[in-house]
Amino acid sequence: MAVPLAYNLRNLSARKVSTVLTALGIGLVSWVFIFTLALAGGFQSALQATGSHANAIVIRSGSTAELTSIVAREAAASIESQPEIARALDGAPLATHELVVLWNLERKNGTQANVVVRGVTARSIALRPKLHLVQGRMFRPGLEEVVVGKLAEARIAHCTMGDRIKLAGRQWSIVGVFDAQGTAFDSEIWGDVELFMPVFDRPVYQSVTFRLDEPSHFGAIQKRLEADPRMSVQVKHEDEFYAAQSATLATLLRGLGLFVTLVMALGAVFGALNTMYAAVGSRTKEIGTLLALGFSRGSILTSFLIESVLLATLGGLLGLLMALPVNGITTSTMNFASFSEIAFRFQVTPTMLLSGMIFAAIMGALGGFFPSRKAARRVIVEALREA
Amino acid sequence: MKYLGLIFANLMRSKRRTFLTVFSIAIALFLFCTLRTVITSFEASLRASQATRLVVRHAASLVFPLPLAYRERLSRVPGVTGISYGNWFGGFYQDPKNQFAQFAMDVPTFLDLFPEVILPAGQAEAFRSERTACIIGAALARKYGWKLGDQIPIMGTIFPGEWRFVVRGIYTGQTKDVDENTLFFHWDYLNESLPEGRKSLVGIYWLRIASPDLAASVSGRVDALFENSPQPTKTETEKAFQAGFISMIGNVQLLLTIIGSAIVFAIMLVTINTMMMAARERTTEIAVLKTLGFSDGLILRLVGGEALFLSLLGGGLGCGLAALVFRESDFTGGGFFPNFRVLPETVLLGLVLAALMGLLSGVAPAVQAARLQVASALRRVA
Repeated sequence: MAVPLAYNLRNLSARKVSTVLTALGIGLVSWVFIFTLALAGGFQSALQATGSHANAIVIRSGSTAELTSIVAREAAASIESQPEIARALDGAPLATHELVVLWNLERKNGTQANVVVRGVTARSIALRPKLHLVQGRMFRPGLEEVVVGKLAEARIAHCTMGDRIKLAGRQWSIVGVFDAQGTAFDSEIWGDVELFMPVFDRPVYQSVTFRLDEPSHFGAIQKRLEADPRMSVQVKHEDEFYAAQSATLATLLRGLGLFVTLVMALGAVFGALNTMYAAVGSRTKEIGTLLALGFSRGSILTSFLIESVLLATLGGLLGLLMALPVNGITTSTMNFASFSEIAFRFQVTPTMLLSGMIFAAIMGALGGFFPSRKAARRVIVEALREA
Repeated sequence: MKYLGLIFANLMRSKRRTFLTVFSIAIALFLFCTLRTVITSFEASLRASQATRLVVRHAASLVFPLPLAYRERLSRVPGVTGISYGNWFGGFYQDPKNQFAQFAMDVPTFLDLFPEVILPAGQAEAFRSERTACIIGAALARKYGWKLGDQIPIMGTIFPGEWRFVVRGIYTGQTKDVDENTLFFHWDYLNESLPEGRKSLVGIYWLRIASPDLAASVSGRVDALFENSPQPTKTETEKAFQAGFISMIGNVQLLLTIIGSAIVFAIMLVTINTMMMAARERTTEIAVLKTLGFSDGLILRLVGGEALFLSLLGGGLGCGLAALVFRESDFTGGGFFPNFRVLPETVLLGLVLAALMGLLSGVAPAVQAARLQVASALRRVA
């Protein structure tokens, strides 16, 4: 017969301070666990969501980022005339060529950031369905006007609607703010590519992006373009291109997070061991009584194990509650793969919360096992005799 | 001090508990040192920067190059006693994951302007006299097992294609803060191999000035010189340049500090709990000690001292382990932290934290023990 659960609950509430301290310790471990996962996850999903699988991006072969890529005008024109490219309503190919430069700007907190300044065409927005203007209007081609992403607006100094920003020796009016739903574009500044080229003294584009008419046509167009001797380019699915940019840093963040939480968990398990050993030690007489009443050793072991897991789960719950407000906090860093500023939001997902809880429960089970086994192995007579 | 034996005997009474507590504190401090070192390794470049060196780059960002023609004009600026220049190469070895820095440098002036790069006798000459030669840091040589005379193929991302360099020197840093994970090769070799439109462009100029006091005036003069040209410059001390670079990384320091604090706090809670349990179990004993005439103050110090001793022991173990592990392992976090070394300041800070943890976790049980009423305590157990 199992020892009633109420026994464990009462024991936990009888030693309130000890219960709360241990639970909080375990809770903080699972909080750090969720925190680092949310950091890495937010960063990765910002970049992953930036690209669409229906789009393909063309950059120079050998380049790992747009910044180091070069696509000549003639090459861009011939890429955009490929038959596999989807057509817009007006019959023109759904393709765009873009210029990307990095500009050193100040964040609102006074630190420096390398902001992506992207020269775009009229098709650029159509190719990014997630992106839409939330304030003002689009820039007019040929005029010194730009639109900014909402995270650039929030984090970069002098970057709000109506401000003027100095780029390449000229003053640009900010005439609109766009929302790209948390993707990398949200950290960028966009203007007219044909005006940017002479102003930034760049005779070439950095990339060409187009929509495929059929996803299955990707292989054919990739093969043809990459084999073309007039241009030396590589063709990638847009989503894979951006995902690859996040891989290094996200792996590093996850690695650091995992290392920290695993080592920290060891410390917390030691703490749980201490607490449970003390709990077992101070209840020797009770254990003797339980045994005398006829509870089996197995059910005593289970009972103490349950108590430990309950304690840890309580901690996990605390960690979970503390982790919830982290969701949505915006932070920014330099993405080493592209050398540029990317702002992103911490992303706490239900899976992370669940993993945090499971993680806490495992800590409890590990910390409770040896003390519970000790409890179950008591000899009745000796246990009852003890003070 | 004569009660040290008593404290020690108390600790030995439950060896398991002492062991578990010491180790959980050691783990907390080990993590603290690791996270703190992530921050200090970012800052190593600040400590290694020379006060008499200025960095000149394009005002917009490092991505834009400056003309080679600036060299003559820069060296004529009053206060400038030396000049070198180079380009960030941005390549990788075999796989993009193998990250380390490569610079194309004007070799004749490079070694003169960077006295912190130390080459064994003869290697500087060998590096200078061969066009495709390179020198690599000692840590980089250890990591990939490269030796003098080896050919290193590097794939360029900014300058496409495979580039081969022959190792003619393995340098060490003058101080421990100098990064030993960089490859330097000839700027001339890079320049010759580039197509016409990309030739004669320089990423960064380094200027040596006669004294650190001249930094502001020389920077001002340089930037004024090119202010209205198509390629305006931004000149700053090497330290300011590195600081700007670090600030681009953003809130990493804050995030790591938050995580580090959570760890220390979590383990502190656990330690407090342990100390309270230890004191509770000894209620009778403490009552007996009091009956024997031990004062409240002495009891307070005894229980508090036990906590302090535990924490310092754990702290010493944790900090020592971190210092040892990262000194022996050449860990660079995939190239992100080229100078991962636990500083003495970090160890000291860790020990102070451990002591604080000990004092804080000792307070509650110590006060509890000191306030204990002898009669009721003795009655409770009997």
